[in-house]
Amino acid sequence: MLSIMLLIPFAAGFACFLADARQARWIALAATLADLALGIMLWAGYDIGGAQWQFTEQADLFAGFSYALGIDGIALMLIMLTVFLMPICILASWQSITRRVGEYMAAFLIMEALMIGVFAAQDLFLFYIFFEAGLIPMYLIIGVWGGADRIYASYKFFLYTLLGSVLMLIAMFWMVAEAGTTDIPTLMQHDFPAGAQSWLWLAFFASFAVKMPMWPVHTWLPDAHVQAPTAGSVILAGVLLKMGGYGFIRFSLPMFPEASAQFAWLIFALSMVAVVYTSLVALVQHDMKKLIAYSSVAHMGIVTVGLFAFNVQGLEGAMVVMLSHGLVSAALFLCVGVIYDRLHTREIDRYGGLSINMPQYALLFMLFTMASVGLPGTSGFVGEFLSLVGAYQVSTLVTLLCATGIILGAAYMLYLYRRVAFGVQKNADAAAMPDLSLREWLMLGPIAAAVLWMGVYPESFMAPMRADIAALDARLARAAPMGDSLLEVGEPRTAAANQLAASHGEGESH
Amino acid sequence: MANFSSFYFTGAEILLSLAGLVLLMLAAWSGDRSARLVTALACAALIGGAIFSYDLLTNPSYELGGDAFGGLYRMDAFGSFAKILVFLASAACLVIAPRYFEERGGYRGEYPVLILFNAVGMSMMVSAVDFITLYIGLEMSSLSSYVLAAFLRSDQKSAEAGLKYFVLGALASGILLYGISLLYGFTGSTTFIGVGAAMAGDLSTGQLFGIVFVLAGLAFKISAAPFHMWTPDVYEGAPTPVTAFFATAPKVAAVALTARVAMEVFGSQSDAWRQIVMTAALLSIVIGALGAIGQENLKRLLAYSSINNVGFILLGLVVANEAGAAAMLVYLFIYVAMSLGSFVGLLMLRDTEGNLYETFADISGLSTTRPLMAWCLLLLMFSLAGIPPLLGFWAKFVVFQATVEAGLVAFGAIAIAASVIGAFYYIKFVKVMFFDEPAGVVTGKGGRGHWAVLAICTLIVSPLGYLLTPALDVLAGKAAAALLIAS
Repeated sequence: MLSIMLLIPFAAGFACFLADARQARWIALAATLADLALGIMLWAGYDIGGAQWQFTEQADLFAGFSYALGIDGIALMLIMLTVFLMPICILASWQSITRRVGEYMAAFLIMEALMIGVFAAQDLFLFYIFFEAGLIPMYLIIGVWGGADRIYASYKFFLYTLLGSVLMLIAMFWMVAEAGTTDIPTLMQHDFPAGAQSWLWLAFFASFAVKMPMWPVHTWLPDAHVQAPTAGSVILAGVLLKMGGYGFIRFSLPMFPEASAQFAWLIFALSMVAVVYTSLVALVQHDMKKLIAYSSVAHMGIVTVGLFAFNVQGLEGAMVVMLSHGLVSAALFLCVGVIYDRLHTREIDRYGGLSINMPQYALLFMLFTMASVGLPGTSGFVGEFLSLVGAYQVSTLVTLLCATGIILGAAYMLYLYRRVAFGVQKNADAAAMPDLSLREWLMLGPIAAAVLWMGVYPESFMAPMRADIAALDARLARAAPMGDSLLEVGEPRTAAANQLAASHGEGESH
Repeated sequence: MANFSSFYFTGAEILLSLAGLVLLMLAAWSGDRSARLVTALACAALIGGAIFSYDLLTNPSYELGGDAFGGLYRMDAFGSFAKILVFLASAACLVIAPRYFEERGGYRGEYPVLILFNAVGMSMMVSAVDFITLYIGLEMSSLSSYVLAAFLRSDQKSAEAGLKYFVLGALASGILLYGISLLYGFTGSTTFIGVGAAMAGDLSTGQLFGIVFVLAGLAFKISAAPFHMWTPDVYEGAPTPVTAFFATAPKVAAVALTARVAMEVFGSQSDAWRQIVMTAALLSIVIGALGAIGQENLKRLLAYSSINNVGFILLGLVVANEAGAAAMLVYLFIYVAMSLGSFVGLLMLRDTEGNLYETFADISGLSTTRPLMAWCLLLLMFSLAGIPPLLGFWAKFVVFQATVEAGLVAFGAIAIAASVIGAFYYIKFVKVMFFDEPAGVVTGKGGRGHWAVLAICTLIVSPLGYLLTPALDVLAGKAAAALLIAS
């Protein structure tokens, strides 16, 4: 099943090379929709509470590592995010890409296969291959179809991420030599010596921190986002950034619990800076895409705080923030793309009063703005709330500072919205823009529905991950740091916290 | 019986020597008209030699190898593996040559003959277990290389390259010979076993000097830093098919020779030579990467890239165990495919008259005018940079895995971080081809032979190449084991 999901986009990618522009668009759309259908079947077939690793496949095709696939709930949700966003990306490029369409679609399809591969790989080196291979199509997408300053951005993206990753490879060699296996589930249970863990953790951190991205290695992100074509930004923000978080939750935390506890202060410090600093930077941006890019860095700060809180709430929160951010930031980039396609500028000042001539657009943009701010009822709220609840148990100070990020987030997002959608129509050309077309509705509508679904009933998304996060929490328990909030444990409950709908359960400890 | 096995073990060399002599006569008597025929026959002879070596490598009755001619020569899996690579690379270089030379004042039958004798020399190098055999093989290969570099007699650059190569190559041979004579003086033997046994105890100063000089001479031959200076000039000046040859077959032979000398002769003094090789490896990686950054000429760029790659190959040698040697051989195989592919790519950058283009400005926007070629080059460049899922990554993978498993973690980490510098110019290659506006000077089409070699190399480096890894792993492991048994 997973192999088919990998094979479809690969095969379609090669077909796109040979096809002309029109055919390539349809092939790409058909392939991504087929993958989406397979993804839904995957979710439907996933046995919640069943085996930890499902849909496993194994074949010894290569020397030194094996072709092993399999997913747990965490991977399932991230694969769903990927296959959900891909058809939308293809639609977003339907008209805006006119040059070398076949190659463009091929790059996206291969990218999709590689991203699914990252989340499904059960072999350490297979993971690395998928993880790194994504550089090639992304480099081309930014470089060939990007904006004016695309070459600088593509170099920066490529070299930053490559440098981050090679050290991780060295660490992987050491781990495989020590543990004698390349199987990720086995490695997750292997206890590495505490002294070595620090080094291994730092090597993995170098890679994931760049991918995440964490302050101060986030600077490739605004450049890459701004220069990439709209669909490229969507993939970057929606899925590629999640690889960093996935890396932490799949490798750093379970494989090196002691080192994770030891370096939690580092993560917290960098996250606090990221949340406050990048939010402030976002406030003063003139370029819409740059603003959203900086807001991504701030949101990722909340993810890392949640991940390193060493408790169920934090981990679940981090996962939900990742999923929610994948949807919301993707949608925001699409919103920018919609008006960029009409006016070919991302300058905030060139717009204004769009709610008058584009009411439907303004409505959807408002929804996504609110989701980004974290308004209750949208997906943003659930994740951020859980993350901060988790973090509160460890450090009140960190939580305090990160919570200001939510206020600042409201400030810059609402400020952006006001300048774009409200006020007078100061530019005649912006005032003459037509409202959303059917194609744009097809792109934004499903995301809006998903955002609301995740906001109102997050249980659907958290249920598959629950057992895996509980297992991770149990694995981390021995290293969990002592918190400073010293929560009084209340009356014992009849069920464990993570068996209830988490957002209810956590109200008590707050 | 001993005589028969001596001849049987050297079958590939004998076949190639005879072929070389016969073809020499043929070329001399029938003139340039038969040049194509001579090339085809030479190619067949090389492939025959490769098949013969493959048979020796996989035949279970020769599992342990054997000595020939009273211990001057050894047939073993290591030598056979290297020979297969050398012969196949030489054959590929023959396939791509005729068209190039025909467009520049005639193709002559000497070219395939020189390649054949070169191949004989190279196969002697990889099988030598005596310093005299080693030197004869090395000189045989080097002398034909000097002539090949100057093959375009009327072209000044080619002549300059030939002269430069000759003068510096002779100097290196002198250094090597001086080292050999020191070793002989201080150990009383020229055989690898004899010298190795005599060095087993404490290392005398004279012996140490011998090691240093021998390794310096060999470092020149494999163009490892700090003895790499000739490489960019010679690679740039020599005719492109010859450059493709220099970058592949002789390099394989010289690396294999270095490995055998280091492991078999100096095996007991590994602390002494490993420092030298380690320094050379790191320097090659860094200099190869930094030197390439400012280059405008693609041949010079690939020259630096080959210096860079030699650094990674030497990493496998530094490890000095079976895994390291096997990794080195796997790297060599993949390196040959990548280098051949990229040089053939350069050969195909031509206009309709056959003039070659070899600077960055010329390939700008190649992906719109020659998409298939641009995509092949893209794969080759990302492969050289070591980006998965291309096979170039696998080469670096095995080498670094061997390094880390041997406990040289810090060394490996520095080397791999330096490899990122190299990635910069490989992706610049891609950037120029894909992101820039088309220059439109590349108008000619490649020949069928060019396309065939390019397609095979691209297929090998493409992700499909990973299906080769199990077989490669077994063969390289066998070869490395043979090297270790002997030491």
